Amino acid sequence: MRIGIVCPYSWDVPGGVQFHIRDLAEYFIRLGHEVSVLAPADDDTPLPPYVVSAGRAVPVPYNGSVARLNFGFLSAARVRRWLHDGAFDVIHIHEPASPSLGLLACWAAQGPIVATFHTSNPRSRAMVAAYAILQAALEKISARIAVSEYARRTLVEHLGGDAVVIPNGVDVDFFAEAEPRPEWQSGGGEGQSEEARSSVEGGGGRRAGETIGFIGRIDEPRKGLPVLMKALPKILAARPQTRLLVAGRGDEAEAVRTLPAELRSRVEFLGMISDEDKARLLRSVDLYVAPNTGGESFGIILVEAMSAGAPVLASDLDAFAQVLDQGAAGELFANEDAEALADAALRLLGDPERRAELRARGSAHVRRFDWSTVGADILSVYETVTDGTAAVATDERTGLRARFGLARG
Amino acid sequence: MRGTPRGPGDGPVALPPVTATLIWILVALAVTGLYLSWTAGRLDRLHSRIDAARAALDAQLVRRASVAQELATSGVLDPAASIVLYEAAHAARQADEEQREVAESELSQALRAVFGEAEQMEAVREAPGGEAAAHELTEAVRRVPMARRFHNDAVRAARALRRHRKVRWFRLAGHAPFPLAFEMDDEPPAALLDRPTA
Repeated sequence: MRIGIVCPYSWDVPGGVQFHIRDLAEYFIRLGHEVSVLAPADDDTPLPPYVVSAGRAVPVPYNGSVARLNFGFLSAARVRRWLHDGAFDVIHIHEPASPSLGLLACWAAQGPIVATFHTSNPRSRAMVAAYAILQAALEKISARIAVSEYARRTLVEHLGGDAVVIPNGVDVDFFAEAEPRPEWQSGGGEGQSEEARSSVEGGGGRRAGETIGFIGRIDEPRKGLPVLMKALPKILAARPQTRLLVAGRGDEAEAVRTLPAELRSRVEFLGMISDEDKARLLRSVDLYVAPNTGGESFGIILVEAMSAGAPVLASDLDAFAQVLDQGAAGELFANEDAEALADAALRLLGDPERRAELRARGSAHVRRFDWSTVGADILSVYETVTDGTAAVATDERTGLRARFGLARG
Repeated sequence: MRGTPRGPGDGPVALPPVTATLIWILVALAVTGLYLSWTAGRLDRLHSRIDAARAALDAQLVRRASVAQELATSGVLDPAASIVLYEAAHAARQADEEQREVAESELSQALRAVFGEAEQMEAVREAPGGEAAAHELTEAVRRVPMARRFHNDAVRAARALRRHRKVRWFRLAGHAPFPLAFEMDDEPPAALLDRPTA
């Protein structure tokens, strides 16, 4: 099958959607499909052979933050050329409702179009104003995919229609087989932090329930680090050996400002870490805490943590509750409630059996998010959509273009 | 005549009010016409999307009924289950348009009744050629809800547009029948939902 995938965000900026598309494209290529990804990228950035640049994305203020988007005449021309050269059996557009490549591709294409809605943005005023235009473009989509039941609900409310739910994929084995790093594991229960840590290097860590992991932007309050910081004094009062490992970029001094000075040494900042180190960190910690306060439509990090066998404690956001199977595969605490977070964390750290149980449940639960399952489901969608069209419909855009050419002239 | 041009030197030629009005009317008509033609194009595209989605749904339903019938006649299942499944699959394949939704829903119920337990699926898998049949059935029961959702989504979009004033007043939909959603019970059997060995 010839598959064209449209990525709305800059390929050179790391992000969830980009990673999803990269993994999806590589999965299909391994299966022997022909895949081309159209993505915004600087012309001089090195791209994998299957990525076609749609030009540089322009930073513009959109929806309350600065987004890097592609639009305008040049981008539209590149989209049309890509569609023409590709002669795809199906195109898969990501985030078709954001004013970027996805929407442009929707305009310019005809034939079997599949779209994935990742974020669940609250309805913006711009979207209401553009509703008629948006609707005309979105009604060309033959199949819609939402990444979670929550994302599907917002999609139905804001745009009408329906979607199938296919979660984001994770390479489960990559996380499950990562090597734990002793310095990120529990110190073995001796107490004194520095000595404990150095002794671990020789002796190997025994899992005593002392390390908590957090991965995410430090300076993004919605990732919830402030909530965790508020809960930390209580956790440390009961279990002084506990260490918090924080991976992610942001101002470290600012993050620990609210913490009493004597406790600050219990927080270790690892900065930005590679994918390999992320997997090893998740393999090493005794508890992964996701205190996000909102803005999540899926929660891929929870799936990654479960893949690595880390017991998960997460805020009870809709999306998180769904990924954690309503609390069966990981524990939930009341969103933004530092007290509840501290209590739950203490209970879990002191209960090795419960953690082992969560680890086992999580590892079994997470299989449905593995690429082998998710990729097969997405392929089923492609096949369902292309089945229906009498012939393999390529993107013949002439009718549409001619009409617009006329309308503009 | 009021429309005769004046002599040179009178400045820009002022069009008499009637001609100017006429031009504006013509422009408005042209714009309206283009807009209506564009809307008709939209509607046309939606109708062909519904046709494609309906064909896809049809293909998936037939496929599901065939696999069910094959399993029913394979001798892997016990006689009672075989009869129930065969009856339902046969009825689904033979149903005419009005009875289709009911018959397909009954097939879903029969599949749920027969393959409600994981043990039954295991038994099918162990039979010779059973692995392939089980795989086909799993694919079929997963794709039917997908295809149905895509179909009904297309129907909803078309209905929304067809209810619009401009479409009703100018009869842009022509003689195309008002699209109907395909409503049925398509819940797959629990034993086929999880695919740990996928």
